[in-house]
Amino acid sequence: MNLAYRDIKHNLLRFVLTCFGLSLLLGVVITITGVYRGLIDDALRQVRAANADLWVVQAGTNGPFAEASRIPRDTRELVARVYGVERAGAVTYQSVQTELNGKPLRFFLIGFELGRPGGPSKLIAGREIMRSHYEMVVDRSAGLSLGQEVPLGTHGHKFTVVGLTRDNVTNSGDPVAYMTLLDAQALQFELAPPAERREVARGGALQTTNQINAVITKVSGYVPLKEVAAALTRWKHLTTLTEEQQENLLTKEVIEKSRRQQLMILVLLVIVSAVIIGLIIYTLTMDKVRSIATLKFVGAPDRTIVGLIVQQALSMGIVSFVIGLLLILGFQGHFPRRLVILPEDVAVVFAITLVVCVAASTLGIRLALKIDPAEALAAAG
Amino acid sequence: MTEGNTQPAVRIDHLSKHFGSGSSRVDALRDISMEVFPGQVVGLMGPSGSGKTTLLNCIACIMAPSSGRLTLDGEVVYDDRWLPTDLRRLRLDKIGFIFQYPNLLPFLDATDNVVVVLGLAGYSAAAGRSRAIDLLSYLEVANRKDAMPAQLSGGEAQRVAIARALANRPRIILADEPTAPLDSQRARIVMNLLRKIAIDQTAAIICVTHDEMILDRFDHIFRLRDGQLEISTNRGDTRKLASPGM
Repeated sequence: MNLAYRDIKHNLLRFVLTCFGLSLLLGVVITITGVYRGLIDDALRQVRAANADLWVVQAGTNGPFAEASRIPRDTRELVARVYGVERAGAVTYQSVQTELNGKPLRFFLIGFELGRPGGPSKLIAGREIMRSHYEMVVDRSAGLSLGQEVPLGTHGHKFTVVGLTRDNVTNSGDPVAYMTLLDAQALQFELAPPAERREVARGGALQTTNQINAVITKVSGYVPLKEVAAALTRWKHLTTLTEEQQENLLTKEVIEKSRRQQLMILVLLVIVSAVIIGLIIYTLTMDKVRSIATLKFVGAPDRTIVGLIVQQALSMGIVSFVIGLLLILGFQGHFPRRLVILPEDVAVVFAITLVVCVAASTLGIRLALKIDPAEALAAAG
Repeated sequence: MTEGNTQPAVRIDHLSKHFGSGSSRVDALRDISMEVFPGQVVGLMGPSGSGKTTLLNCIACIMAPSSGRLTLDGEVVYDDRWLPTDLRRLRLDKIGFIFQYPNLLPFLDATDNVVVVLGLAGYSAAAGRSRAIDLLSYLEVANRKDAMPAQLSGGEAQRVAIARALANRPRIILADEPTAPLDSQRARIVMNLLRKIAIDQTAAIICVTHDEMILDRFDHIFRLRDGQLEISTNRGDTRKLASPGM
């Protein structure tokens, strides 16, 4: 006879309510795990979306994500001629903010050359950019639909959404938008008419817009990457970064503090969960003092008592974990930032939950083992 | 069952129990010696604080005496110290206990409250259930076998508790004021039942009680006062003990 199961069945409502409360806590633990993974995954996707073997950027910088990089546009022609380079594409990166229907809308805007590396890799709806101007492909998390027009830049040009991507966001959660390099350069360098007039009046030459932030390079599989990188860095104004180096820069430096902060929150949540589970089990055991005393009195060995408590703790942990996981999976799409819930993380949180339940039940077990069988003789309360 | 043809189920020799030491020492039991034979129903009486419950706890092996010797069903379990034995297992095998209040496990139905003891004793689920239902029938409460403790009346719950105490066929049954929560009619029914059990199962029953109305149900009465055995009375003399004002 499974005493734990029978006790749970007898106090089912209390058990369900307790599990529901605990599931919210475990749900938060799973959420933070998802946010943590999402932060890393977004950073990696940002780099991997470009599908570059080498990033050619301004010498002495860790551009274009970790810091600013600005190089002449004709760098792409230089790079393309280097032995081993199969394809090269000039790209610009910038954050833009506009207003649509009275609400602010932020993008991370990538300008790329049509037909060259740097553009969107996979569309979930619509088509690729086909016109040289005023078309854009945007991640669906921006909440835009196909055909919608978005005013951008100081001149308020309207860009039409022609394609949608999925899970293409930056490490700060902003959706990524793509447009032609020319449009992106114009948005990056164009001045508002009054500023432009003032610039002309002071006699200064208008700033050239023919600059880019990086050149994305695809290298032939027959030529070592190091060899191509060495050839490219012979130009003193350029430096190269591999995809791995970019990933390291983003995950180990750019998002490091956010990553560690979330890891810290995760650890604190696990500790809080352990304390709460411990207190719940202790309280449940307190409620059963008389029953446990009676069981001891009639000859139940300690393992029966310990089994009762541990099985209840584990049941509570497992049920709460499953409810918490289902809740989070159900609401996953409603979070403002991407939650990446990996099966291995779920397995780790599940294992931690089980360990915490067993560890937390030691409080209840200590209490139960100290209960004097003579308590069964005390007058009924 | 007579005292001459068998060994006592419970034998106590010069048993004492004290709490504290020095000036705060309290002697709860002093030099108690008694024997209870299989088939006997004996009463343990005395005013509050006389040591009845302490003596019952010592016999139930949940409280160690301070000195003396305790023999249960021929096995010496205490001889100025607990002898190496699993006391919980000993209770399971040899002792059935009927509490003042039924103390049924609230999360098990009537049958399972009996089955749980049989399960601990090594019965299979089917065998345990069969014996539990037999016991509930014997105690005329089988019609409530599926009821939860909260759904049982006081008398029904006490019968289920008695069934639990009898489950593993104990040689010794200890009862701590089993009739206290019952009216006089039900109290007599329970005492008649205990007598029947003592005879049917050849069990020694020691019953702590304050109830003077059931004295005639005992074969023997031990009266305690201030931790000492004051009077030991055989059946037949019990009516004399039930004097007015006691």
